Amino acid sequence: MSNPSAVGEGTSAGDAHRMSRLSYWIVVLPLLASCSGAWNDPYPAADRQSNTLYSAFLEKPKHLDPVQSYSSNEIAFTAQIYTPPLQYHYLKRPFVLIPHAAVEVPTPTFLDAQGRELKSGSDTSQAAFSVYEIRIRPGIRYQPHAAFATRADGTSRYFPVDPQDLAPVHELRDFRETGTRELRADDFVYQIKRLAHPRLHSPIFGLMTEYIVGLKEYGEHLRAVNDALIKQGRKDAWIDLREHPLEGVEVVDDYTYRVKLKGKYPQFVYWLAMPFFAPVPFEADRFYAQPEIIERNITLDWYPVGAGPYMLTINNPNRQMVLERNPNYTGETYPSEGEPDDEANGLLADAGKPLPFIDRVVFSLEKETIPYWNKFLQGYYDASGISSDSFDQAIRVASGGEVMLTDEMRAKGIQLKTAVAPSTYYMGFNMLDPVVGGDSEQARKLRRAISIAVDYEEYISIFANGRGIAAQSPLAPGIFGFREGEAGINRYVYDWVDGEARRKPVEAARKLMDEAGYPNGMDRRTGAPLVLNLDATARGPDDKARLDWLRKQFAKINVNLVVRATDYNRFQEKVRKGNAQIFQWGWNADYPDPENFLFLLHGAQGKVKFQGENASNWVNAEFDRLFERMKNMENGPERQAIIDQMLDIARRDAPWLWGLHPKEYGLAHAWVKNRKPNQIANNLLKYQRIDAVQRAALREQWNRPVLWPLGLLALVVVVFTVPAVLVYRRRESGTARAVVPVPAAR
Amino acid sequence: MLRYVIRRVLYAIPILIGVNLLTFALFFVVNTPDDMARMQLGVKRVTPEAIENWKRDRGYDKPLVLNSAATGFAKVTDTIFWNHSARLFVLDFGKAESDGRDIRHQIATRMGPSLAIALPVFLVGMATYITFALLMALLRATYLDFSGVVLCVAAMSISSMFYIIGGQYLVSKLWNLVPISGFAGDLSAWRFMILPVAVGLLGGFGESSRWYRTIFLEEINRDYVRTARAKGLPEGRVLIHHVLRNALIPILTGAVVAIPTLFLGSLVTESFFGIPGLGSYTIDAISSQDFTVVRSMVFLGSILYIVGLILTDISYTIVDPRIRFE
Repeated sequence: MSNPSAVGEGTSAGDAHRMSRLSYWIVVLPLLASCSGAWNDPYPAADRQSNTLYSAFLEKPKHLDPVQSYSSNEIAFTAQIYTPPLQYHYLKRPFVLIPHAAVEVPTPTFLDAQGRELKSGSDTSQAAFSVYEIRIRPGIRYQPHAAFATRADGTSRYFPVDPQDLAPVHELRDFRETGTRELRADDFVYQIKRLAHPRLHSPIFGLMTEYIVGLKEYGEHLRAVNDALIKQGRKDAWIDLREHPLEGVEVVDDYTYRVKLKGKYPQFVYWLAMPFFAPVPFEADRFYAQPEIIERNITLDWYPVGAGPYMLTINNPNRQMVLERNPNYTGETYPSEGEPDDEANGLLADAGKPLPFIDRVVFSLEKETIPYWNKFLQGYYDASGISSDSFDQAIRVASGGEVMLTDEMRAKGIQLKTAVAPSTYYMGFNMLDPVVGGDSEQARKLRRAISIAVDYEEYISIFANGRGIAAQSPLAPGIFGFREGEAGINRYVYDWVDGEARRKPVEAARKLMDEAGYPNGMDRRTGAPLVLNLDATARGPDDKARLDWLRKQFAKINVNLVVRATDYNRFQEKVRKGNAQIFQWGWNADYPDPENFLFLLHGAQGKVKFQGENASNWVNAEFDRLFERMKNMENGPERQAIIDQMLDIARRDAPWLWGLHPKEYGLAHAWVKNRKPNQIANNLLKYQRIDAVQRAALREQWNRPVLWPLGLLALVVVVFTVPAVLVYRRRESGTARAVVPVPAAR
Repeated sequence: MLRYVIRRVLYAIPILIGVNLLTFALFFVVNTPDDMARMQLGVKRVTPEAIENWKRDRGYDKPLVLNSAATGFAKVTDTIFWNHSARLFVLDFGKAESDGRDIRHQIATRMGPSLAIALPVFLVGMATYITFALLMALLRATYLDFSGVVLCVAAMSISSMFYIIGGQYLVSKLWNLVPISGFAGDLSAWRFMILPVAVGLLGGFGESSRWYRTIFLEEINRDYVRTARAKGLPEGRVLIHHVLRNALIPILTGAVVAIPTLFLGSLVTESFFGIPGLGSYTIDAISSQDFTVVRSMVFLGSILYIVGLILTDISYTIVDPRIRFE
């Protein structure tokens, strides 16, 4: 029999030895790793000084096919890859359209119902058709892509694809051969036809059928073709759109095409700046339609084919997406003019230099704002927004209300850029509702009283950290028709006092309530308290605070606000069916034209009647008449006067509480150059430049590993190990071992 | 044993049918095909025609469970249930509504990252928690044992979110020791795994260690332990060779059943650390209301859970010869 004491001693000595070895490795292993630079650098060491911009995406894009992508997180990619005919000037404000793939911004010719061109100077408001002739810049070439690869005899290398070629293929980059070709006018026409493709579900197809001649019929025709293919058991077969002409779109020559629209639609040029109207080569459509390729999850929706400054080389939206410079992109230079301050702000330092500046853009999936923010502070993201959690760390509001960076941010050289977004968040009244809706003076006064009572300045201060401005109308700043100062205030809600808009006192609201038949919030006819219902999509504690605040605002005029919280689907359904009484909603502009905001109040857009975008179902004949005039006009004093009239009608009727226009705060590190906020354009990466050497040096400086916690950890292990060993040894060598008390299980 | 396993697999079929029916009813009652279409088509400029086209293209324009317009077997097969739910039984998950990607391919791709975190947490966690619990049992009724219990209770009382955010703040931001979040597709992924694994270990430390300690203390009073001590065996040997072995049954109950579900990953951890695993896949699907993916993950989870239970039963016979399949 072995000596228990000796065994115990040997065991404890071994334990202690093992522990100290473990402590040693805990300290040494990371030290070895440190030889390769910052330990917390999430990127490969080889990329430290590369000309790469690091960014993040919070939500993975669903669609990268330009016919489908519409969300901002999708256009953030497609706008860098595709080349629509037009784009926005990077520096000029208000926003100006300039050519991109086109030679110039097209001006329409107008035709009468018989197809005769209207003479210049004649009244074009009654034009039956508008024709846009778009001329394309010669020499633009697509990114290298397998769809363009050809054999020596000129036939397509991968159409039809040889099964042997597919053996090693899991991603697009596994195709060994690529090719390119010049961009042609028929590629633009092909893409316009794709808007009607029954399998693609383009979000703007419905809208465009109202304008592009023959597009609706074309959609029906393609649906019939598709149905026939389904019946033949070929539901994924490629439909060669070149064989199916579209009446309203024609190719004039290799570099020119025409689009014929019904009536006048001046906003069409804005659509020409979006990826919906970017060229898609038929070769790509044909390549991706092959069943063997589809089986491998290789689709145009996943691997875009463009002629823009960047091409998507890695698409792993579960982790990382990488854009790389398109080697075939040439001919565009950095703008040489902008706003008056741009030169002083260094935004014209690169004027005339070829674009793009950056070779590679790495987007990493970062779902949570906290790690995103911390990585930005470490220098691993080049730019960041500011979430509510990090606002106080980043921004200081001076006593005069000026917004500035905190000392910590300034010490890091971080730049702050702010801009009011072309968006509006409003609270709508359902005008079909018998209490808050309708055209009666009583209901109008009730809505105006609520408009005064709900203090959006307070809301912005409490819930948005001051990031927003209280709206005076649907029109956001920067949009034609928006007026600054006294001329732009909503006189039904604000007074102009001491050079600023001041919300009317709550007494004014109570007086309106009295006039509306609700003295002290009691219905004069029934004597019952007024109870109003707000339909909202409440999800968390933040929402609860907001809703409580809203209840208090209504309580100022003795109105009992009942919040009917629901999920977003039910909320939409209620609004769609006109069952909501009061609701909150928002709108982000597609393009910088007042039509894109004011149509939200147009009677023909009524949600219940026409399933349109006018969620409050407000109808005002005069407003609608003015809207029809305004929407086709050029910007100028006459249009401004009409907009003023329209806004006055809308303010008087108050179908919305105009809510707020959010103000976006963006931060960028000192090494990021040429950064100017632009809420309308999306193809901004090509203008940005980085100083990779400065970034590498600062990252190294900011991220030196702190080693004492590892030593402390080792010490803690030792501190607990030694008494444990001692206790164990004492117990093992003790003589009264049999009387060890065993506690009840806890 | 084979007969027993076959019988258990057969029992699983009605359970899976129940799960399938329940999830189908739940998702289609809460979320109609119209809602799905609206969600996937976006909120701007969605026309009723676009919704109808979307439904038609994906077969959501058919009746839910019984197609009275069809004839013969098509009355059942030409329905949403048959095309979108029944096929789960052959592990044909179909394509995600949100991005059109093949769900089976996504599951296969994302299992690796999930396991890369879950497996070390599970294995190292088991080893650590059992070791710590054994140490507490070894040093029972001493101030060290008391300190250990206090430590466990304190660890249990803290939310896992705190460990995640605190870990990222201290270890990655303040001390700059490892990346805050991210993942790599190659061996360099180890740098990204350290923190989530450590946080996972810390998150389970208090509860598991205390639970195992309780099990060990219950065993330690048994006669066979007293006999082992009477034979003069050192306490460490008694604990490892006798107590640990006999305490394995309740430990296995909790552990083996968890093994298959390791594939499913952790919803919160993966989201915060940017791990492209199945946990974040499920979270994404829930937030984008992609119920095809959610249904697939629920179904897969049910299968894995049943597999876990069968494995647990089998493992009992390995650790305890008294247990026989009847």
